Amino acid sequence: MNERIKKLREQTLNAVPRLSHERAELLTKFYKSGKADRVSLPVARALAFRHLLENKELCINDGELIIGERGPEPKSTPTYPELCVHSIKDLEILDSRPKVWFKVKEETKSVYENEIIPFWEGRSIRDKIFNEVDEEWKDCYAAGIFTEFMEQRAPGHTVLDDKIYKKGMLDFINDIKHSIVNLDFYNDPKAFEKREELRAMEICADALISFANRYSNKLSELAQLEKDKQRKDELETLAGICKRVPANAPRTFWEALQYYWFVHLGVITELNTWDSFNPGRLDQHLYPFYKRDIESGLLKEEGAKELLQSFWVKFNNQPAPPKIGVTAAESGTYTDFCLINVGGVTPDGEDATNELTYLILDVIEEMRLLQPSSMVQVSKKNPDRLLKRTMKIIKTGFGQPSIFNTDAIIQEMLRHGKSLYDARCGGASGCVETGAFGKEAYILTGYFNLVKVLEITLNNGFDPRTQNQIGIKTGEPNSFSTFNELMSAYEKQLNHFIKIKIKGNVIIERIYADYMPAPFMSILIDDCIKNGIDYNAGGARYNTSYIQGVGLGSITDSLTSIKYNVFDRKIITMDKLLGTLKNNFGDDKELQNKFLFETPKYGNDDDYADEITKQVFEIYFNAVDGRPNTKGGYFRINLLPTTSHVYFGSVTGATPDGRQAYEPLSEGISPVQGADIHGPTSVIKSASKIDHLRTGGTLLNQKFTPQLLETEEEIEKAVKLIRTYFKLDGHHIQFNVVTANVLREAQKHPEKHRDLIVRVAGYSDYFVDLSEALQNEIIRRTEHSML
Amino acid sequence: MKGFIFDIKKYSINDGPGIRTTVFFKGCPLKCWWCHNPESQRKLPEEFEDCTFRWHLSHDYENKHRIGSEVTSDQVLTEIKKDIPFYEESNGGATFSGGEPMLQINFLNELLTLCKTNNITTAIDTTGYTDYKNFKLTYNQTDLFLYDLKLMDDNLHIKYTGVSNKIIHENLKRITNTGDKVILRIPIIPSINDTEKNLDEMIKFIRSLKNIREINLLPYHKSANSKYGKMKKENKLPELEPPSKDKMNQLKDFFASTGIKVKVGG
Repeated sequence: MNERIKKLREQTLNAVPRLSHERAELLTKFYKSGKADRVSLPVARALAFRHLLENKELCINDGELIIGERGPEPKSTPTYPELCVHSIKDLEILDSRPKVWFKVKEETKSVYENEIIPFWEGRSIRDKIFNEVDEEWKDCYAAGIFTEFMEQRAPGHTVLDDKIYKKGMLDFINDIKHSIVNLDFYNDPKAFEKREELRAMEICADALISFANRYSNKLSELAQLEKDKQRKDELETLAGICKRVPANAPRTFWEALQYYWFVHLGVITELNTWDSFNPGRLDQHLYPFYKRDIESGLLKEEGAKELLQSFWVKFNNQPAPPKIGVTAAESGTYTDFCLINVGGVTPDGEDATNELTYLILDVIEEMRLLQPSSMVQVSKKNPDRLLKRTMKIIKTGFGQPSIFNTDAIIQEMLRHGKSLYDARCGGASGCVETGAFGKEAYILTGYFNLVKVLEITLNNGFDPRTQNQIGIKTGEPNSFSTFNELMSAYEKQLNHFIKIKIKGNVIIERIYADYMPAPFMSILIDDCIKNGIDYNAGGARYNTSYIQGVGLGSITDSLTSIKYNVFDRKIITMDKLLGTLKNNFGDDKELQNKFLFETPKYGNDDDYADEITKQVFEIYFNAVDGRPNTKGGYFRINLLPTTSHVYFGSVTGATPDGRQAYEPLSEGISPVQGADIHGPTSVIKSASKIDHLRTGGTLLNQKFTPQLLETEEEIEKAVKLIRTYFKLDGHHIQFNVVTANVLREAQKHPEKHRDLIVRVAGYSDYFVDLSEALQNEIIRRTEHSML
Repeated sequence: MKGFIFDIKKYSINDGPGIRTTVFFKGCPLKCWWCHNPESQRKLPEEFEDCTFRWHLSHDYENKHRIGSEVTSDQVLTEIKKDIPFYEESNGGATFSGGEPMLQINFLNELLTLCKTNNITTAIDTTGYTDYKNFKLTYNQTDLFLYDLKLMDDNLHIKYTGVSNKIIHENLKRITNTGDKVILRIPIIPSINDTEKNLDEMIKFIRSLKNIREINLLPYHKSANSKYGKMKKENKLPELEPPSKDKMNQLKDFFASTGIKVKVGG
């Protein structure tokens, strides 16, 4: 790492996350001006976008090679009052909460009090959502049956393909104009709506060009003042680049990176999309530029690396927008889930790795930043070198990159009806979510608490915590004479709650479709331009709505415990079990230990437990998969938690697996923390008994001690371990390589371990930034060690 | 057929090639001072405070203060077969260790045959202290022997392991004359067998042998210390420290002078 990058890295690490009112203020001014009232809704959104880009403060940091910030300075993070208006109290909480805080200036509070809140209160999407959903939805939300992604953040969940490397914004404007000309007002009753949408897209494309021009002019000014010759040259070059892109297709490696960055800023300025957007298959998109520039002598490997490193810093400068309430609890992190993909296969299905793949891996290892996240796609066609290189980075213990099975991802997409070509160009984003990059809106809609549903079932539809009959009456559990009767009651309850969730989703989908178009995003995702339909209204080629199941390990072990202890071995009666759970085990440590240590558990390749995993999987799959959404696509499942397993645990009473009330649930498809006592092959066998290919992503976390990866041979064996998981159709695996002792030490002395990054669930985070509950949970996850 | 084992370890990556499942037989004719599996020495199940090993698949949670179980060969095979996908991917297989697996030769032989029938490769981790006829019986049934070599001086061998090394060295000569199925495993026990004299004699002996596939140097480690406490057994080397990394690398070079591939660790 050279001096420049060291400095930039220091800058981003030391930048203080702040809440910036710039965007909120500009947006409010625009809407107050009355301009929005004179035009159609999409055009109004586009004009608002233009207003933001024309007026926001520009920021060029010392020494950087890729320029542009979302806020006025690094980590200065905007708000999106059109979606969610923060109250003064929210701002105070954000400012003072111990984890994932954002400093809020007095000025910001006063702007909020005088301008933002009075204007947006009652008008925000969040207000609309809570007005429109049913009472039963609200009851379930309050009980912690599910969460809702879109109550504070916009649908996003998409990733760019290679289109911007072939077309400039001017080319997109041509495409848009072409679509407008081809509208058939005689036969298409939606022609006018489409024209408005397309006009909005055109305004947005043009706005991004103007934004880059503003930067270009500013760079030229700075260049004139600059004394240092090298920097002066750089600023002049950058000024030229910003004139060239995004208006036109890029010609060089540098232009390609800068172009992407403008697009990225556009997406995250337009809305605060969940999973902030990302370039996707970076080694594939950039390779032609890299190769050409290296061959022509324009670029050297070191130069390419420096540009990539500067690019990396830009991601780290953009924390996830501030979240509050349940949404903060389900995703308590600064990470905004830009998951850069490398490796995988080409559109022809061949090994896609190239020199740039390995150069990017070097960058990941050296930068060791929270953002962007990174992952490696591994197909059976990729060489072991890719996995070995990856394991060597993972071994350094910062939880990146995660590892994905390209062959499984492709099959998942084919099952969802995508073309083979589109599937091969896709990958995974966010934590583990499968998607056709550049062609799909694949929206995560909320986490679903698989364990809470059992608690409700065991209480005949009643939630003990909120004292509310939120479920249906499926019978008193002591009336069940077989385990199957319990399973069928669980299935009925689960279907009941999924129906409520899906009804809510449909309402929320339409609220976004009707009130919150995203014309800029729509330029980027096929076939919105061709269809003349917004990204949020079903314009994309593929439209998927995911509901993410949480707690597969905990629900399996809880049901297994009932089957084993109540029905098969008759160690206790159902009434005794219910009494014990109600008392949170009370003094009955002996019984709790029986549940914890003397009952079969998921994660040990034990069919007794794993058969129940499969049953739960099928129940959940059947409840969700294949139901239509409102955008011409379907509901699908995936199994990942972010930090919701901690939140869901905090609303769920004691469970029959021996878990104390309000403790975290298991995460992803990983076993309950500490329940897997037969090593990683057994975990992998258990985890591969569910059918990953019928999901849109599963998350398996493994904790390894550094000793397991000490020698070259041990790394090779770990590579084979992963290869086997993927042969068994596993979707994803990630490793935390750190000892529990180090983590305990960091918990005691956070000040000494501020740089300790750990894998949480589908992403990495600073250990000291995690809630204490989550820290404990990570420590408890099985440490697969060997004597 | 039934036999006594005390553990089955999956993802065993230091007991032969690839990813392996190691089955630990109970019972050993040696009583090495540095033994890191003291629970392996007696053949019958015995008291063990907080036994972490659970023969969980039979869901036998009753004997939590005992170590060792009498199991059928089918039960063991079922466990071994579970990781076939890993063996196939990594050229791994099953390792029979202990204790001394040769002490239960019929049980061992049946397991070897069952593995062979199921296309699973095997290794036998042995002290070598057994009648040669047992090597003859198993030689064609297995793919590899992990053969321990501890001390060259017979008096010291008797002192530290309880038995003479004559038969061990004799068997080693004979088996390496038969073919190339042997990986030598040398535990490095500071001050006991890393003396100049022992090392010189060892290398001389190794040079006289044919067909050694590989030498593994296994550094002494203290992980068994807590086991001695839980078993209420006397630990004769409570203060002994493991050899340093540098020391191990020196020894690696030393043994590499035989021209045989040397590895630190299994």
